Amino acid sequence: MTVADTTGTSASPTDQPTFTAPKPTSAFRLILTLGLAGLFSGLITVLVYEWTLPKIEAYRAQQLQKTVLEVVPGAAQMRALFQDETVPGGWRIEQPKAGAGPTPDLFAAYDDGGTFLGFALRGEGAGFQDVIRLLYGFDPGQRKLVGMRVLESRETPGLGDKIYKDQNFVAQWSDLAVDPQIELTKDASVIGANIIHAITGATISSRALVKIVNQSNGQWLESLPEPAPVEPVSSAVETTREDG
Amino acid sequence: MSRSEADIKAYDEFIKGIWKENPVFVQVLGMCPMLAVTNTAVNAIAMGAATAFVLIGSSFLVSLLRRFIPKEVRISTYIVIIATFVTAADFLLQAIVPAIHKELGAFIALIVVNCLILGRQEAFASKHSVRFAVVDAAGMSVGFTIALFLLGAAREILGFGTLFGQSLFGPSFEPWVVMILPPGGFIMLGMLLLAGNAWKQRRLRTGNRVRKVA
Repeated sequence: MTVADTTGTSASPTDQPTFTAPKPTSAFRLILTLGLAGLFSGLITVLVYEWTLPKIEAYRAQQLQKTVLEVVPGAAQMRALFQDETVPGGWRIEQPKAGAGPTPDLFAAYDDGGTFLGFALRGEGAGFQDVIRLLYGFDPGQRKLVGMRVLESRETPGLGDKIYKDQNFVAQWSDLAVDPQIELTKDASVIGANIIHAITGATISSRALVKIVNQSNGQWLESLPEPAPVEPVSSAVETTREDG
Repeated sequence: MSRSEADIKAYDEFIKGIWKENPVFVQVLGMCPMLAVTNTAVNAIAMGAATAFVLIGSSFLVSLLRRFIPKEVRISTYIVIIATFVTAADFLLQAIVPAIHKELGAFIALIVVNCLILGRQEAFASKHSVRFAVVDAAGMSVGFTIALFLLGAAREILGFGTLFGQSLFGPSFEPWVVMILPPGGFIMLGMLLLAGNAWKQRRLRTGNRVRKVA
């Protein structure tokens, strides 16, 4: 009420003739303006996206291969595995390639002597803000996770981004049983081989990681191939050079 | 307005963004990226460059289209224009400098809500010719980048003991970890604002003594 009264007194009759209502713009013009803005915005966005995509994908592939060696401790070389029904055993095994191309379903990691160490599996799912992409190492002998790295995320800075910045949290994933499945708890007193303790202030992001890994485990763990040893690292390097 | 007068005015518009109306130290705008990504000098410069790209591009377009954009939908149109430049900057950084893009993370996308950018469109670009709008945006961008760099360099030197990744003090230096954490950003920004205002006050006082209007 007070506000209305004040306005009433301040608008004296002498002010009124100077005030002319602006001519309203037609609805058609408003829609046209925003429509055109949206159209050009979309066009430009798609053009930039198409132009930058190959470079972004090549970098992703390179990062992915680098991370494989990080999530499986002791790993020095790897093979890319593609699920392929036409091949005996159901898996096509290749040398990892540089540059853009189809992303392998999983990686097999070996030490420099060629002994099989474990698999690196990819996971992907909704985080708090955007898709979280991650990679984790799995030792099929012990049925344990041996390491995990977040490849891409847009979680809240200072809170959700602790899923990769908080080293204590990340360390929990390097010795983690997968059976019956990974569980998340907020209670510090709960301890178990398959327990992940959520980050304070980032419960949703922590839960997202557990869900992504469990989902990926459900998809792959039962159909993993039998790993065969490969050549020691020196000959593997030569092979790569011949390919390149 | 003669040619040289216009040049002087353009020069003034450019300089005001760096000094008299510095977006960070005077207008105190754009604090979110200012505090969040200035823990190293490189991050600060990358953020400054991305903001400059968005600000100059948007100011150019908004000024160019200022007679066609109806007043009722101007804010939404500005935001669409700004968002387009931000998305482009996001993809370009990801393709050209992926390591820095990862470091800046969500803050690249958040440039779209940097009040400095929308503020310049509404307060300046929508009312001035393309030339002045671009000059104003360039001045603001340089002022913003300088402020980010000052804060980033100071925090990197104290927090890591390095500048651009080069060690400055040798291995015996004990880094002030707080400086690279959020509180360090607030502390350092506060000190920079304090120093700037103290300098301004001093100049004002000496100016009054010689009976000059500052």
